[in-house]
Amino acid sequence: MNWRAIRAVIRKDLLQAASNRIIWVSFIGVPVMLLVIMPVGMVLMPQLVPEQIDLRELETMLRSVPPGLKARLGAFLADQMWVMLAANYMFMPFFLLVPMMISSIIAADGIAGEKERKTLEGLLYMPISDAELFISKVLAAWIPALAITLVSFIVYGLAVNLAGYGTMQRLFFPEPAWWPLVFLVAPAVSLASLAVTVIISAKAKSFMAAQQASGFIVLPVIALMVGQVSGLFFLSTWVVLLIGVLFWAIALMLAKIATNKISRDELVTQV
Amino acid sequence: MSNVIIQTDALTRRFGTRVAVDALTLEVHRGEVFGLLGPNGAGKSTTVRLLNGVLASHGGSARVFGQDVAAQAAQIRRRVGVLTETPTVYDGLTARQNLELVGEVYGLEPAQLPARIAEVLAEFELQTRADDKVATYSKGMRQRLAIARTFIHGPELVYLDEPTSGLDPEAARMVVELVQQQAHREGRTIFICTHNLDEAERLCDRVGVIDQGRMLAIGSPAELAHQLWQGYRVVIKLAEPLSDQQLQSLGEVTSRGDANNPPTLLEFSLPGLQAVPDLVSALCGVGARIVRVDPQHHSLRDIYFAVRQRHQRSGEGQ
Repeated sequence: MNWRAIRAVIRKDLLQAASNRIIWVSFIGVPVMLLVIMPVGMVLMPQLVPEQIDLRELETMLRSVPPGLKARLGAFLADQMWVMLAANYMFMPFFLLVPMMISSIIAADGIAGEKERKTLEGLLYMPISDAELFISKVLAAWIPALAITLVSFIVYGLAVNLAGYGTMQRLFFPEPAWWPLVFLVAPAVSLASLAVTVIISAKAKSFMAAQQASGFIVLPVIALMVGQVSGLFFLSTWVVLLIGVLFWAIALMLAKIATNKISRDELVTQV
Repeated sequence: MSNVIIQTDALTRRFGTRVAVDALTLEVHRGEVFGLLGPNGAGKSTTVRLLNGVLASHGGSARVFGQDVAAQAAQIRRRVGVLTETPTVYDGLTARQNLELVGEVYGLEPAQLPARIAEVLAEFELQTRADDKVATYSKGMRQRLAIARTFIHGPELVYLDEPTSGLDPEAARMVVELVQQQAHREGRTIFICTHNLDEAERLCDRVGVIDQGRMLAIGSPAELAHQLWQGYRVVIKLAEPLSDQQLQSLGEVTSRGDANNPPTLLEFSLPGLQAVPDLVSALCGVGARIVRVDPQHHSLRDIYFAVRQRHQRSGEGQ
């Protein structure tokens, strides 16, 4: 494996992506909206509009909370329980949107975007194997997605702890389920998302077309949100671990399919 | 070391039912500038893709540097530079970063890479804008950078696909001059795909005319002209017309004139340019007073259209 060539292509993809304004807006806008503005608003509700806090709205969600956690949550006041549930559990699925969208955007730019800019053909003439090209494109999307996810986790933690401190009078984030979410599920979700985008980008003619066609990748996240709110399951540590294993299996399967799509013969006929 | 750099035998590629490259057989020799001429969609770019193993063939074989393209494409690509029709330069990167990418992928020594980049930037007159984003470059500058990245690793064989396409005349002339400078260095072989016949005439030692994936003719312009017109034409301008008797003594000659306007222009078909001095001697021998001897040059444009017309006629005849 020619790691020097792989590193060069990754660096090129990142520099090229960094020069795209749409990508910057997504890099900053998506995490700020999903992991700062929305959760801070939710966490501040008990302080700003206490009359709006009605735990009956969360009853369905609480149905599937494991008994141990339920007992712990029972010790909190109503507004504290709201803050705990909102910051630690309700935003878990939202958090997964960050690695998912970031990796998808960079992967779409790296393949469909290169086709659109007519630079892909030149890359295909270089002495780099199909496997090396695939690894370059995957890592160019995956590494920044994971880095931004980690930064987002830290920013989210600071934001909700600060916003909720008035209600909780202590640091209350993260609950243990966040560790497997950040370090097991998020990388898997990110890999699966970029593998899907690679498959779509191999056929798509432009960056925007690839992005639009990849829109359905958020469906599993919506399923997690709906599943939790409807009381079907609760994203406790064990459930998150299980989801992590499941997503890794899906991600590896999708990556295998995507590998076959990054072949010169397939790509060059579309440039 | 073999003198044959590219060798194809009945190389074929289809896209669905359309045959893009049809049993293409050609040889390109070390150190020559070979031009593949043909209209858009003739199969020129597909041929380059096949020769680099970027596309798989559906029949026949191709060898480059004596290596089988199907089995050893990666090794071949390491020794080759390709300028694609749309220049592969990254707008979001500077010229220096573009060249670093290519140098690293082609495995240039890290310690030598900065010096080599500086050398190439100077050679292609890009050093003053080396650290500006390529997005700010003019079309001509982008093309210069694209050519610089094609040559940075010192390739033995270079493919240039429509190198002056879309450039203004001044930028096109500069590109042709750059290619001329690079062409004959260290026995480098250049394979140009173009439909710009003037450019091909200036650059190419031999040409192949391709249409609908089929090679219609291949050879040097002189060889092709000889095949097409069975000889070299020489036009001689005289001070006074010759008599019929004088003309008959010269053998096969076409005189341009009539009874009212006696011929002072004579056209001869000779087996080669080496026969011109003998002809001049013979004319002097019969008392002709020569004003000008004008060996007729068939331009590549004449050759190209004659080849295509011959092919069309043979197609209609079948």
